[in-house]
Amino acid sequence: MNINLTLIGQSVAFVVFVWFCMKFVWPPIVSALNERKTKIADGLAAAEEGQRAKAQAEEQVTQVTNEAKEQAQEIIRRAEKREAEMVEEAKGTARNEGDRILGAARGEIEKEANMAREALRAQVAALSVAGAAKILEQEVDEGAHAKMLDNLIEQL
Amino acid sequence: MASGEPLTTTGYIKHHLQNLTFGQFPDGTWGLAHGAAEAKAMGFWAIHVDTMFWSVFLGALFLWGFRKAAVRATSGTPSGFLNFVEWIVEFVDENVRGSFSHKNDLIAPLALTLFVWVLLMNLMDLVPVDWIPEIAKLMGIEYMKVVPTTDPNATFGMALGVFVLTLYYSIKVKGVGGFAAELTMQPFEAKNPILKVLFIPANFFLEFVSLVSKPVSLSLRLFGNLFAGEMIFILIALLFSGGAVLAVAGGVLQWAWAVFHILIVLLQAFIFMTLTIVYLEMAHSHH
Repeated sequence: MNINLTLIGQSVAFVVFVWFCMKFVWPPIVSALNERKTKIADGLAAAEEGQRAKAQAEEQVTQVTNEAKEQAQEIIRRAEKREAEMVEEAKGTARNEGDRILGAARGEIEKEANMAREALRAQVAALSVAGAAKILEQEVDEGAHAKMLDNLIEQL
Repeated sequence: MASGEPLTTTGYIKHHLQNLTFGQFPDGTWGLAHGAAEAKAMGFWAIHVDTMFWSVFLGALFLWGFRKAAVRATSGTPSGFLNFVEWIVEFVDENVRGSFSHKNDLIAPLALTLFVWVLLMNLMDLVPVDWIPEIAKLMGIEYMKVVPTTDPNATFGMALGVFVLTLYYSIKVKGVGGFAAELTMQPFEAKNPILKVLFIPANFFLEFVSLVSKPVSLSLRLFGNLFAGEMIFILIALLFSGGAVLAVAGGVLQWAWAVFHILIVLLQAFIFMTLTIVYLEMAHSHH
């Protein structure tokens, strides 16, 4: 247990080891540790940010969905209204058309009836003349008796 | 066992406490000392080959392992040995942050080196006392003291390094005048210039003692604890030559002491590191 050169040797070894540690061991480890710390902090911050964004997105989704629902209902409401309108419109058109056709048919019928009446009158006149001729058993002078015949026809 | 000496208790202990010393014999030739007397005769210019070998080997082992980890260190997920290294680094870093308040890039690596190096040297104490010396004997090496921290040269060597750093930073931070004032103007202070001058010797005496006592206590504390631990291991090892019953008792005792010694080994390494940080903190701060 003598104090000797070992003392100096140990001091030199000490200096060399500390120098090496300071140059090549400590800085990379500590910088890696610090880098990791930053990374973890960033990661946590990002996660928080993500969660916030997610909540926001969910809120937005709800909002958009509600808006869409409202819009759909509005559209349906409008469509129903339009449908009713169209039905009403169609009903009106159909009624008018029916009336028009009915009117036209009535005019035609009247015309036909008039024509038939005229023809009937003419035939009655002819029959009356023939009848009268038979009764009189002679030729009736159509020219002379035209006035009387016309009166007869008028009376029919 | 020293060659030629009979196996006695005293001889066994003495042999275990003898360093492998290389130096100059009184007749002028160089070589390894055979026995304590020859080693003593070599004086200061001799070196403990075993202490140097084991301390440098363990220091290199530490730096090699930590350098390997440092190269692999990334900001990604650490694993295995790297995890362990980072744990130690963070532990040391926390300690330095806790007790050192100035900006100095040397302190933390210094603390790490001292902590791990001293711890590794202390851990050699847990290797059964006869294993390595017996292997060395087979290789023809007469003495082999494997725990460098049981050699006061090793602990003083490190404490000396710390002491030089303390002086360096004291002067660098406070200037020569500031450092001199710290040594001479306190703890006794006076406004009166004459009294001030009168106080200088007393102040200097007190401050000088406290300054020098730091490295001495730093190294002796480590040395004393480890030397005592080693001594107890040697004494327990003596039981193995005392028959079956004593050998079993020795085995149990050795195990128990080794478990307890783990605490001392760790604690002393930690204290050495912490005190180094504290001394350097004191060197940096103004009183």
